[in-house]
Amino acid sequence: MSEAVLARPRQTRQKRAWPESWVAAAFVAPAALVIVLVVVVPLGRALWMSLFNIQLTRPGNEPFVGLGNYLDQLTSGDFWGATGRALYFTGVSTALELGLGMGLALLMDQPLRFRWVLRTIIILPWALPTIVNALMWRWIDNAEYGALNALLTQAGVLHSYQPWLSNSDTAMWMVILADVWKITPLVAILLLAGLQAVDREILEVARVDGAGAFQVFRFIVLPLITPVILILLVLRTMEAFKVFDIVWIMTNGGPANSTQTIAIYAYQTAYQGFDFGRGAALGYLIALVIMVLAAVYLRLLGRTGRT
Amino acid sequence: MATTTQSAPIRHRLFRRGILPSTLLYAGMLLAIIVVLAPFAWLLISSVAAPVDLLRRPLEWIPQHISLDRFAELTFGSSSDENAEGFRAALINSTVIASAVTLVSLTVGMPAAYAFARLRFPGRSWLILAFMATYMLPPIALILPLYQIMAFLNLRDTQLALIIIYASFVTPFVIWIMRGYIASISSDLDDAARVDGASRLGVLWRIIVPISLPGLLSTALLAFLMAWDEFLYALIMTETTASKTLPVAINDFIGRHGLDFGLLATGGVIAALPPVVIAFVFQRYIVAGLASGGVKG
Repeated sequence: MSEAVLARPRQTRQKRAWPESWVAAAFVAPAALVIVLVVVVPLGRALWMSLFNIQLTRPGNEPFVGLGNYLDQLTSGDFWGATGRALYFTGVSTALELGLGMGLALLMDQPLRFRWVLRTIIILPWALPTIVNALMWRWIDNAEYGALNALLTQAGVLHSYQPWLSNSDTAMWMVILADVWKITPLVAILLLAGLQAVDREILEVARVDGAGAFQVFRFIVLPLITPVILILLVLRTMEAFKVFDIVWIMTNGGPANSTQTIAIYAYQTAYQGFDFGRGAALGYLIALVIMVLAAVYLRLLGRTGRT
Repeated sequence: MATTTQSAPIRHRLFRRGILPSTLLYAGMLLAIIVVLAPFAWLLISSVAAPVDLLRRPLEWIPQHISLDRFAELTFGSSSDENAEGFRAALINSTVIASAVTLVSLTVGMPAAYAFARLRFPGRSWLILAFMATYMLPPIALILPLYQIMAFLNLRDTQLALIIIYASFVTPFVIWIMRGYIASISSDLDDAARVDGASRLGVLWRIIVPISLPGLLSTALLAFLMAWDEFLYALIMTETTASKTLPVAINDFIGRHGLDFGLLATGGVIAALPPVVIAFVFQRYIVAGLASGGVKG
């Protein structure tokens, strides 16, 4: 009732001011302008380019090929090979990051002395720039002088030094290792935030009722933090599928294309094969996958936002 | 986060001591700490160790000769030194670009965030989703036309080109986080100020901005780190020291001095220093920003 009284003078004022949607338009316009110019316009142009056969080695001769570039890719073994490697990277790294991240978050949630040490340093791998992380692991994995080889031989695990990054059987695992080392802490930090939001009294009640540690986790904690887990899962899948930087610095997509993920393949097609038409089509195909994942992600965010 | 204090007397234990002995938990914690810190330690050691110490087999973990020469070379070395000059230029470019992107994105993003949080207008809900979609779009889909457009505008190999491009994905991120932050502030203060005759812009500047300073700080830090970290656009758009950023400089370093591990490590340490220090000092803000931006919405 008192609200209605208070609201009245405000409304009379608003009549003299700009209508709300005009103000909103003015407030959103600068951001929208930046995004239209840098995202929407190029996106349209990329679609256009993807319909032509544009080879930088053959200027002036750019015939229209319709969906030819897309069909070429969808029927090419290279494309599916790179997609498979991207999916492999995504599946393994995401599973490890979520699994280890969950363990780390639970550990940091325990009432242990000195846990502040772990909680303080855990942000460091996340803060390390991706390129520096890749450089660091490239050096650690070095075949001749790397710390990994030194550690494993000195510990007696290995008898001789291994060329981790130039062996096509191990290169992808090394890239995954580097990614997992950097990203797991971030996952753990976000899961810890989720764990801390769980009502402790429910857990106490369950424990008093005789539930074991695993039961408490499985039947109370896990369902409560499932929304956070799902969001992280989609977010990591999205990031991992388009992985470029860490692979490029560590292996350049090699050896023998064994770490050539889809973004690396697109980059190489456009900038090393000088084929802009196919490069643009590849960019669109990748964007399509990402946008499907993004729709799932935003839907999940919207659902948790309401609770 | 707030729950830790209120449940202090009955500390929550997920695992009862009997079931998972605490020694095992401490061992796990120690292992985690070692795994997190060891690669950093090795990067730091490599950056100060003499070349002979790095190329020893079997490797000795503590180098016999330590010097800061490479740090001096990369930061204050004579300008005739190609390494030093390129690296310093990249350091400056990265700083300028990341700062400018932060400033532009916050300036452009704050009014939009306010509009999305407080004002009712047609298309509000789908527009915010469209903004988020642009933020998530992979660079590889935009890079070819952007390259041509920047060439057409004579902006190739300029800091400005990267500032504009980075602002296009940092701005939606700013809008997303700040929209949530502003929505969590009670609108009573807005209303009071409006009754007193303040304009929307006045409310934003005098009420919202001061109240949301912590949120602004974490957003600004994350924006800075995003710009500092970016590699693919920079790889394509930059050609010379006029605009090359640190990630590109490091990529070049690997090409030119692939065997000078000490110099590479030093470059890595210098490039990592600003973000690592920021994350360490402002940890509370960064974690809050990450949690609200990525998870809670």
